[in-house]
Amino acid sequence: MNYLIFSLGILLVSFCLTFLVQTEKQKRFLSCGGVIAGSVLGIIPALQVLTSGIPSRVTSLASPIPGLEVSLGLDPLSAFFLVGIYGLSGLVGIYSWGYLKDRRRLLRTAPFFPLLVATMATVVAARDGFFFLIAWEVMSLASFFLVTAEHENKEVRHAGWIYLVATHLATAFLMAFFTLLYKKTGTFSFEAFSQIGAVSPTLASLLFVLALVGFGTKAGIFPLHVWLPYAHPAAPSYISALMSGVMIKTGIYGILRALTFLGVPPLWWGELLVGLGILSAVLGVTYALIQHDLKQLLAYSSVENIGIIVTGIGLGLIGLSRNQPTLTLLGFGGSLFHVWNHAIFKGLLFLGAGNVVRVVHSRAIDQLGGLFKNMPFTGATFFIASAAICGLPPLNGFISEWLIYVGFLKGVTWSFGPSLFFSIAGIIGIAFSGGLAIACFTKVVGVVFLGEPRSEQAAIPYEVSRLILAPMVVLAFLCLAFGLYPQIIWSAVFFTVKSLLPYGAIAEQNRILTSLSSINVIFWFGLVFFLALGLLTQLIVGKRPIRRAVTWDCGYASPTQRMQYSASSFVESLGVFFAPLLKPQTDLKKPAGLFPQPGSFAEQAEDLAERRLFRPLFKRTDQSFLFVRKMQQGKIQAYLALIFVTILALLLWEVWFGI
Amino acid sequence: MLHLVLIVTTPPFFLGVIAKTKAFLAGRKGPPLLQIYYDLLRLFRKGTVYSRSSSILLRLAPVMIVASIFSSSLLVPLLKTAPIRFEGDLILFAYLLGLVRFMTILAAMDVGSSFEGMGASREASLGALTELAFFLGLVALSAMTRSTSLTAIFEWEGGHPFWNPALLILFATFSLILLTENSRMPIDDPTTHLELTMIHEVMILDYSGPDLALILYGASMKLFLFMAFTSSLLWPPTTANIWMGGGWLILKVTGMSIAIGLIESANARLRLIKIPQLLVANFVAAALGLAIILIGRGV
Repeated sequence: MNYLIFSLGILLVSFCLTFLVQTEKQKRFLSCGGVIAGSVLGIIPALQVLTSGIPSRVTSLASPIPGLEVSLGLDPLSAFFLVGIYGLSGLVGIYSWGYLKDRRRLLRTAPFFPLLVATMATVVAARDGFFFLIAWEVMSLASFFLVTAEHENKEVRHAGWIYLVATHLATAFLMAFFTLLYKKTGTFSFEAFSQIGAVSPTLASLLFVLALVGFGTKAGIFPLHVWLPYAHPAAPSYISALMSGVMIKTGIYGILRALTFLGVPPLWWGELLVGLGILSAVLGVTYALIQHDLKQLLAYSSVENIGIIVTGIGLGLIGLSRNQPTLTLLGFGGSLFHVWNHAIFKGLLFLGAGNVVRVVHSRAIDQLGGLFKNMPFTGATFFIASAAICGLPPLNGFISEWLIYVGFLKGVTWSFGPSLFFSIAGIIGIAFSGGLAIACFTKVVGVVFLGEPRSEQAAIPYEVSRLILAPMVVLAFLCLAFGLYPQIIWSAVFFTVKSLLPYGAIAEQNRILTSLSSINVIFWFGLVFFLALGLLTQLIVGKRPIRRAVTWDCGYASPTQRMQYSASSFVESLGVFFAPLLKPQTDLKKPAGLFPQPGSFAEQAEDLAERRLFRPLFKRTDQSFLFVRKMQQGKIQAYLALIFVTILALLLWEVWFGI
Repeated sequence: MLHLVLIVTTPPFFLGVIAKTKAFLAGRKGPPLLQIYYDLLRLFRKGTVYSRSSSILLRLAPVMIVASIFSSSLLVPLLKTAPIRFEGDLILFAYLLGLVRFMTILAAMDVGSSFEGMGASREASLGALTELAFFLGLVALSAMTRSTSLTAIFEWEGGHPFWNPALLILFATFSLILLTENSRMPIDDPTTHLELTMIHEVMILDYSGPDLALILYGASMKLFLFMAFTSSLLWPPTTANIWMGGGWLILKVTGMSIAIGLIESANARLRLIKIPQLLVANFVAAALGLAIILIGRGV
């Protein structure tokens, strides 16, 4: 526990010092170095808790403000997320050390990097509602400053604005959530929350919905994900990796933590989560598929993966309410496993995208191509991460998706009524999003890294420095290691799930382990067979003549790289299939006339949630609150009076009708 | 052991059977039954030509494809039981084939040709739709037999319900998936080399020599697996005697091959626009099968 406090201390000190120093080198040293040191130190207690399964006790620090209790503690759930946060942050710290070299503009926001890491760690370790909310808010603000690092750009300012609005609306729901719990228990301590026991079902459901909206916005559950595709591309790549890899997972942590307060869930909670999860997974990957911006595509793919995680949590809840421990274990277990997995491969993908942006200075997929030849390490790690995110064996993504699949299959064989329907829908949803993910990521890897360069910038890339590559190679290795040895990770996952469950040991645990070791056998078998066959063909081919020639093109006389399939043409057939859903706006200028001028074609699809939900909602709100504008006159005394009246009204309401 | 021998040696033979059937129906003599073996040997003895645009991925892909098809074959109960079986192995089976698709598409994109890009795009979109029906079919089988392992599914505890309408529907569904996944008529034409008429063949245009041999071999293995799988729905592997089992297996897969030959002789390739509709219809058929099973089970 002391390690954790030291680690937070280091991060906060490096936050303050980075502000004070002037030179680029010092800034880089303090910011990235602080993150690396803090992560190494902080991951120790988290790993201890996870390997032993014994929660570390709660430590309360001297509080600066009366009523605010600064207490930190690590139970397996916190420790599980903390390992992810510190693990990825440490690696991103090394990456950014190299990445921020000669990046004066990005370095201005460098102090917020350690602050973001510190607040993420505090969010999962906090044991007091009020303290939690403060850490949560500072985390959102730190990431806001990082998102707007390049605020000279109009799009970035727009993205920052959307992020700020979304995150504060979400926090409002969380405030309501914690206030209601405070009113029930008279304290903000999590321990008291988890012992409230019998709240009325209506209140429990209200609390659940509040938590779902508040935490779900941060996590990026459809339709609350709208900020994500703006904020992730706007942020510098190493921050996108951190935000997508671990920051949005604090939302998942929040949902799981909230569930520990609310007792046995009714069936519809689980069904709602499965429904929302499928919606996020399928729509997220559909929008990812049609994106032409590399980082925006990755952001939408995060919505998909959050969807898979939420689907798993929903399955776990169905298991809890139906008293089926196996479903709970597989659902929660698969989700938690996927939380780590997604941190690994999405972190890696964003870092790879960062290398591309750094070298080519473009995120437009259709302008890239053929990067693999000059950037072999970036290309290879990106390829591994793409295969992993599609859930392909023998990589880590497969294991977590497999756990959730098996859970749903068991649901199909056992359950009845609506939960049967949701089990089937769960499998189909994940399978469909898996198929689309393959289309999506073959498009990215194929168009960005393979083939011929599609623009002049893309023709002259170079590999980035070893310092930048080292953490990426580590992440790629983890993808493979987690896939080949899932048993080790599963034990950590199992401790965490067990700490969440009302029942003790679960008999199914051993059967899952047996299955995992069978998967293990087949993966190793496949790998050995692959190597043997490869060697054999090398031996045979080695003696034969090998020629290099142009790509076979049906005898066409002068091929150019413009003739290659582009990202847009690659997804055209699926785009047509989904057109009724996506309603893309096309801007087509055909070449016409006897001496045709150059034509152009652009297609854009606006987000369904934005188009159908938020825009009308905000428009209505805007209209109905027009009268408020009249009060906005810039007179401080008028504002103060309004605030006073509001507080008075709330106070009176509280006295008379207190809930 | 016999399982391994069967899966390694027999698959190209059935391509010969299909070719013979088609030749017979067209009134030709056709190539010898073992022609594919000669082709493979000849290709293995040749040198190779690689595209200048390609990277190392093009060389890795054939080996990875064969390796993952081979690994997935270990999960299918060709004779009574599969060599490796566990709860939920049907998911691994589906995803190993997903890996094959992933590699095929990427290798096609690697050479930077417009034709192969087109094939890759078609494969990706049709693959996503086929996946739907495939998984729904697996769910239906799993719900019917209340088990989540391929071996357990094909054991049919309490007798094989041959005349169950759901099973017949599922057989039809899986047959269509078999044709789609293995690029047969009416989805794709495995014999033409015209760029507008195909999916699978256009993706492998730039392979030559031993690489092409591996790709062809892998494709025949995949076809064999799907035929064994689909025919096992109506005719499950029952006998414990592995030699007899092997004989039955070859017999029923030969039957499937002849059926495919018949279908290919009687049908023309569909227009590309029609194919997604057919696949969605297939998904609906699988859903119908599942509904029958669930209603029969008393939901």
